[in-house]
Amino acid sequence: MPKHTTEQITEKEWPLWEVFIRSKAGLDHKHCGSVHASDAEIALESARDVYTRRSEGISIWVVPSNAITASKPEDKESLFEPADDKIYRHPTFYDIPKGAGKM
Amino acid sequence: MYGDTSIQKPIKIAEPTSAEQARLEEIFQQKIDDDIKIEPQEWMPAAYRKTLVRQMSQHAHSEVIGMQPEGNWLTRAPSLRRKVILLAKIQDEGGHGLYIYSAAETLGTSRAEMIEQLQSGKAKYSSIFNYPALTWADMGTIGWLVDGAAITNQVALSRGSYGPYSRAMIRICKEESFHQRQGYELLLTLSKGTKEQKEMLQESVNRFWWPSLMMFGPNDANSPHSAQSMKWKIKKKSNDQLRQEFIDATVPQAEFLGITLPDPDLKWNEERGHYDYGAIDWEEFGNVINGNGPCNKQRLANHIKAHEDGAWVREAAAAYAEKQQKKRVA
Amino acid sequence: MTELNKVNDLVQYAAQIGDNGLIIGHRMSEWCFRAPSIELEMALMNCALDLIGQARELYSYAGKAGDEGKKEDDFAYLRDEQDFRNALLAEVPNGDWGDTIVRLFFMSAYNKLFYTKLAKSTDAELAAIGAKSLKEVTYHLRFSSEWLIRLGDGTEESHRRAQKSIDDLWAYTGELFTMTDAEKRLLEDGISVDVTALKADWDRLVGQILDQATLSVPENDWMQSGSKSEGRHTEHFGYIITDMQYMQRRYPGCEW
Repeated sequence: MPKHTTEQITEKEWPLWEVFIRSKAGLDHKHCGSVHASDAEIALESARDVYTRRSEGISIWVVPSNAITASKPEDKESLFEPADDKIYRHPTFYDIPKGAGKM
Repeated sequence: MYGDTSIQKPIKIAEPTSAEQARLEEIFQQKIDDDIKIEPQEWMPAAYRKTLVRQMSQHAHSEVIGMQPEGNWLTRAPSLRRKVILLAKIQDEGGHGLYIYSAAETLGTSRAEMIEQLQSGKAKYSSIFNYPALTWADMGTIGWLVDGAAITNQVALSRGSYGPYSRAMIRICKEESFHQRQGYELLLTLSKGTKEQKEMLQESVNRFWWPSLMMFGPNDANSPHSAQSMKWKIKKKSNDQLRQEFIDATVPQAEFLGITLPDPDLKWNEERGHYDYGAIDWEEFGNVINGNGPCNKQRLANHIKAHEDGAWVREAAAAYAEKQQKKRVA
Repeated sequence: MTELNKVNDLVQYAAQIGDNGLIIGHRMSEWCFRAPSIELEMALMNCALDLIGQARELYSYAGKAGDEGKKEDDFAYLRDEQDFRNALLAEVPNGDWGDTIVRLFFMSAYNKLFYTKLAKSTDAELAAIGAKSLKEVTYHLRFSSEWLIRLGDGTEESHRRAQKSIDDLWAYTGELFTMTDAEKRLLEDGISVDVTALKADWDRLVGQILDQATLSVPENDWMQSGSKSEGRHTEHFGYIITDMQYMQRRYPGCEW
């Protein structure tokens, strides 16, 4: 998340909130941007006013940006590459004769 | 253009200070060359970050300042249909400014800082918005020419290397597709109207044509540090390339409207497969960029006034949030 | 009552509800590039779009109900000042953010109660417009309530300003609950809303939010009126019309 360097600014800026929107029933909430807001209710309203003007959503989450813990890019190899060779986790790994029917 | 920073002092690119630095830069450039997007937390050269922040903040400021010339006509829109279209369009511009500020903030510069740089004159915005919107026809011309020019550029930017910027641009391009159309439709209505309406249309295009071409920034020959931005895929096409694309697309639309574009040198070049066009008055461009456009002072003064008038409101909400927080803890 | 009078009443009624939406929407559009943050700019423009949208539907219906073939723009652009019957509350200037929020709050609290009832009108078109508008004004009420609470219970300055806004605008709230003769006649057929009956609920709703906002209801209960029943406006209204109708007056009969 962004590091703020606002020392030179006298007025304290409203905190940043990440906005997640569910576009229609059955789908996951998806990150779509951020808003500045003084508190959660205002953040929710702002997210609605900014990110759903074209019927993009039916549900909104707002999360304080500083509440998100993210994995580090430099850890990418150790976190994610070990999964790459576990090909037996995928159905295509197995040969099933046609005669056995749909599986 | 909205995000063209070639008018400003180039950002110095430091030589790598260590073998480790050189290795990181090589990996970084490899990703760019392979069209892998760069994401906020990843390592990036300081100059890449700086160039992006400058370009994105300039782009965001342009969207926000760009609300003013059109906002000038909101209360005078001649039909209710036009009034809501104009409102929705200006609102989009505010939204687009916000999307881009959001994307820029992922690089560690707060919106408050960017706004301060705008208000102190340190950050720029597109020169076009320092021209006044004087007639109703300008609402059409701005949509057709100014948004048309902006879209030409933004489509290129949506394929840029920085993930959050590219994603914001994709969203913006999608939303803006109605902006140019509504402007053109407005002008079409004028072109079929009375003599006065037709004159209003022609006069407006006469005023906006050259400033619209200036939006793409200096000629490539005078834009030396564009090369680095191209290498980093922050910029995907050169100023002149984009300008030519825009002119080629626009001339037939002007013919369809039955108007003339105010350039006697404008003609189709069979050999090049493009339109040739006359010389742009770069002295005027320099003047407008440096604060001497017809509206520079007014635009900034309005922005500063709104910001200052709103201070007590922002403080009130912050104070309320703090009180609530304390109540919850207690 | 003759059929013709009935039609006139209905045209007047639909247009008068539309006037409230148009004029307050117009006022909110004046906030363009002047709001305390971009997020709030977006919010106000959403409200303005809703309110002007309501006006368009109501004017269109008024035009259809009447027999002169009038269109929405005829109502907005070709009537004189006295023909507009919006509440005075809709036309007073925006003032500061506090004034704008308090106006929107007073109006939205009224609109919420009003459209709830209009949605049950015996006139199917008005009922449909009422049902749709209700959703919009419910959000306006939420937005303006939350902001009023923050201003009232924020800083000393914001509290002082918000209380002043309430004191200044209070006198314009009474007119919302008065009935024109046309409204009274339409009420007999269940077409119009008995707005006098909304007052107690409005007081309760407003009182509740003001309480939460640590703000108080003014003691002076003198109420201004004149616009809704007779088209007697504030001095400010002429300038709204001057701006709004400039193009149509300067270039009569043109398509835009």
